[in-house]
Amino acid sequence: MSLIEARGLAKTFGGETVLHGVDLQVERGEIVTIVGPNGSGKSTLLRMLAGVLQPDKGQITHASGLKIGYVPQKLSLEASLPMTVRRFLNVPRRVSEADAVAALERVGILPLARRSLEGLSGGQMQRVLLARALIVKPDVLMLDEPTQGLDQQGQADFYRLIEELRAEMGCAVLMVSHELHVVMSASDRVICLNGHICCEGTPEIVRNAPEYRRLFGTGTQGALALYRHEHDHVHDESCAQGHAHSHEDAH
Amino acid sequence: MLNDFLVRAGLAGLGVSLAAGALGPFVVWRRMAYFGDAMAHAAILGVALSLGFEISLFVGVLFSALLVAALFLALTRRNQSADSALGVIAHSALAFGLVAVAMSAGPRVNVEAYLFGDILTVSRADLTLIWSVAAVVAAWLLWRWQALVTWVLSPDLAETSGYNTKLEELGLIMALALVVAVGIKAVGALLITALLIIPAASARPHVKTPEAMIALSLGFGALAAVAGLKGALWLDTPAGPSIVCAAAFAFAASMLVAKVRGR
Repeated sequence: MSLIEARGLAKTFGGETVLHGVDLQVERGEIVTIVGPNGSGKSTLLRMLAGVLQPDKGQITHASGLKIGYVPQKLSLEASLPMTVRRFLNVPRRVSEADAVAALERVGILPLARRSLEGLSGGQMQRVLLARALIVKPDVLMLDEPTQGLDQQGQADFYRLIEELRAEMGCAVLMVSHELHVVMSASDRVICLNGHICCEGTPEIVRNAPEYRRLFGTGTQGALALYRHEHDHVHDESCAQGHAHSHEDAH
Repeated sequence: MLNDFLVRAGLAGLGVSLAAGALGPFVVWRRMAYFGDAMAHAAILGVALSLGFEISLFVGVLFSALLVAALFLALTRRNQSADSALGVIAHSALAFGLVAVAMSAGPRVNVEAYLFGDILTVSRADLTLIWSVAAVVAAWLLWRWQALVTWVLSPDLAETSGYNTKLEELGLIMALALVVAVGIKAVGALLITALLIIPAASARPHVKTPEAMIALSLGFGALAAVAGLKGALWLDTPAGPSIVCAAAFAFAASMLVAKVRGR
């Protein structure tokens, strides 16, 4: 049986239909990446599959006893809330010192255990969130835009870590992203979303699908369109940054 | 011993400031300071209710506090911003309360006692009520602790962990209403928010975990109650405001220490 099975999902926010007719399965041990433009409903879909949001229509079936390790898009840390890395691992439930140490060590941030969350860099924070999700030994890791705000090296390192974890723990990985070229090489299956599922399959199939090209760039291959985008980044920092923001805003 | 009005005042001040000190960090973390203030302002309406219908002050104030919560939810669902909704509710409720008190009891009632508290006239029944509320708040915090901290940290994480954030929020609102309802007698409607916010804010620079923040906030709350009452006796000043002044001095000292320690 699939880990997660969704049929006919639909979600409406304020009269606006964000998602409709979404059927989706996640199998044990596979890496599935959901890509799509802004407002395509990819975060909404992930949040429904994780149980944060209820779908308006359709149904979601979790395999019995399914353990989800959820990594939220970002933590909007309330500055008035004191929280060390170690204490954060006890959220939502207290974990043993041995488990905590093992998780921190695995993601390479054991020395940060006593530090406060507020002083961490984006990459460190991302690993803290990941460590917390790993502790429950999840059947499926769900990551919402996990590499947002990381530089290219940081993104590549993070995805490599995810691949290693999948190999070690045998967990499935379901993530939402728009850093297409990195994602594509790491995924078993890519789901291209724009209100509904436009196309899905292996990275090669999706990259060549006309639906995908229409969404992510015409003429050249979608992945190439993104490379050019990052080219801008090197030569014209301010311009590229404005660009990056417009990508990130609407979720 | 409880026959001594000073002992009763001390125990009342301590009970209220401990309950507020325990709850205060959540008010700070959830940014509900203004919400607590609106509840407290509306308490005067609760006073009028209790005078008019001859029910206990506690029940009247509890009712008005929950009315604020209901109105707030209704208004913010209709696209009013949270702070303007609270601004409308807080001051309307206070104004209606003052008018209603005057109508139901005439000018003989001393409204000041409700605005600034009247801790020196606390009865044994009041004391029982105050410490019962403190016990209920403590029990609730212990029971819901993990869920509450998870929710404050990230509502999404709380939902994926199987907690119902709406229920936790309701719990926090109820606890806040209880503390406001007993706080009226001790420090009054206009100052109870101070006992929620100031000890928690004083604790923040010195702690690294939520547990430590609650513990230190309790300490600052108790200190304010004891020092404030002593100061009031010594200087012959009104008790409620003196307690808040003590809390403010402690806050200033805490900030100075934090600065010296470079935190």
